[in-house]
Amino acid sequence: MIVRLLAVLTASVISGTVFAEEVKLAVTTSFENSGLSDVLLPAIREDTGIDVQLLVVGTGQALRLGEAGDVDAILVHSRAAEEAFVAGGYGTHRREIMYNDFVFVGPIDDPAAVGIATSAADALQKIGEEKPAFVSRGDDSGTHKKELSLWRAAGLDAGSFTGWYREVGAGMGASLNTASGLNAYILADRASWLNFGNKGDLVLLYSGDPALFNQYAYLPVNPQKHPHVQNDLVAQLETWLTGERAVELINGYTIAGEALFTFNAVPK
Amino acid sequence: MNDIYEGLAAAFWLVMTLDADLIEISLRSLQVSLTALVIASAIALPLGTLLAIRRFRYRRLTISLLNALMGLPPVVVGLIVYILLSRSGPFGVLGLLFTPTAMIIAQVIIITPLIASITHQAMRELWAEYHDLLISLNTSGRQRITTLILDGRRNLLTASLAGFGRAIGEVGAIMIVGGNIDNATRVLTTAIALETGRGDFALALALGFVLIALAIGVNIAIHWLSRTEREGRW
Repeated sequence: MIVRLLAVLTASVISGTVFAEEVKLAVTTSFENSGLSDVLLPAIREDTGIDVQLLVVGTGQALRLGEAGDVDAILVHSRAAEEAFVAGGYGTHRREIMYNDFVFVGPIDDPAAVGIATSAADALQKIGEEKPAFVSRGDDSGTHKKELSLWRAAGLDAGSFTGWYREVGAGMGASLNTASGLNAYILADRASWLNFGNKGDLVLLYSGDPALFNQYAYLPVNPQKHPHVQNDLVAQLETWLTGERAVELINGYTIAGEALFTFNAVPK
Repeated sequence: MNDIYEGLAAAFWLVMTLDADLIEISLRSLQVSLTALVIASAIALPLGTLLAIRRFRYRRLTISLLNALMGLPPVVVGLIVYILLSRSGPFGVLGLLFTPTAMIIAQVIIITPLIASITHQAMRELWAEYHDLLISLNTSGRQRITTLILDGRRNLLTASLAGFGRAIGEVGAIMIVGGNIDNATRVLTTAIALETGRGDFALALALGFVLIALAIGVNIAIHWLSRTEREGRW
């Protein structure tokens, strides 16, 4: 009886690995945590028949997956790293799709007065002076790289911070949980923040500086390096992502009445 | 505390409404862990028994190693399996990374030493009892192992269930090699990690309660099917 049951289960595992039109796409946590993927993926399946399998990782790991050929394409947000990826021959090209923005989140009593900052650099200088608890992603993700570049732009060296600056080495959601527990400041993407369920005493304190804009780009993995990648499907997916239905869905996606993403792909 | 009540309530509703996603990921959890259990048992039960009856040169070392491997960190197993199965690794051509098969491979590696160790312990005692009889009957090695496995099946069931418990609750390795892909490799434990990341503690807890219920259910089912604790059969 048990043996028969298990034989059926084993057979279903083996047969379950054979599927038709699948594309493995490595994306950043913010793309999924925002809920946008739940809107786009069913529409993609409907229009093109492609079943997009998302691997939700940080930008650093997404690029590694692309280099190793473990995914067919990546959708990430860290321009310098993306350009290095294409220059290294790992991707065929880089296509900008949309952008969203980062926000500064912190405790409601705001000891560092980030709420009255005049720019992103000013906000970080206030934090650097007051030294309240600050949570950093610390996972080499796009958000982490953005945060480090913002510290540099503010004239501060994140490497020299002690004690109050906590690198958690985790995804956006887990980092927000940590910030919520420590009542700390954190840089988050707007979508993840709005969708986050455990806000505690944290509030959105500062946003709007163009330096905080966050460009997403789509990079197909180079089929010359990895012949097994689904190049045709990847191209189809790119056409869809830069097409009319995508404009409508991306620009029309809101949480609590706020639009999160702005479509900005240039037609070919 | 409030989160726990909300989690219980959410778990109740998920189960009552037969939530399609919940059923899918629960079945996948069972599929992966039970398959891993069958494969691991097929390796570990004979291996553990063999270690109990056969004397060979590095026997002590093998047993010590096996015992040490019981505490194998899943995240390290996951990383090694990941590197081996990656397209740039030695088994990359198989294209197994981020499939349920990869998750099964990782879990087999994690639970085989555990099942083999517990089997060895149990079989050593049984072998002490059966030693004279089986030797005097001039049985072959294969016959001895078969006899011990058949007569020690209750202990072996315990060994296997311990392995199942470790497999179904494991998250570190399958997160790495499975990738937690929706509709493909998402299982209960990785879904719990995901919902915790989203700050949705109620849903994460609800999934946790479902996982615990599932583990208990499987244990009861196996005991019932194999009729343990009934007179005359054991």
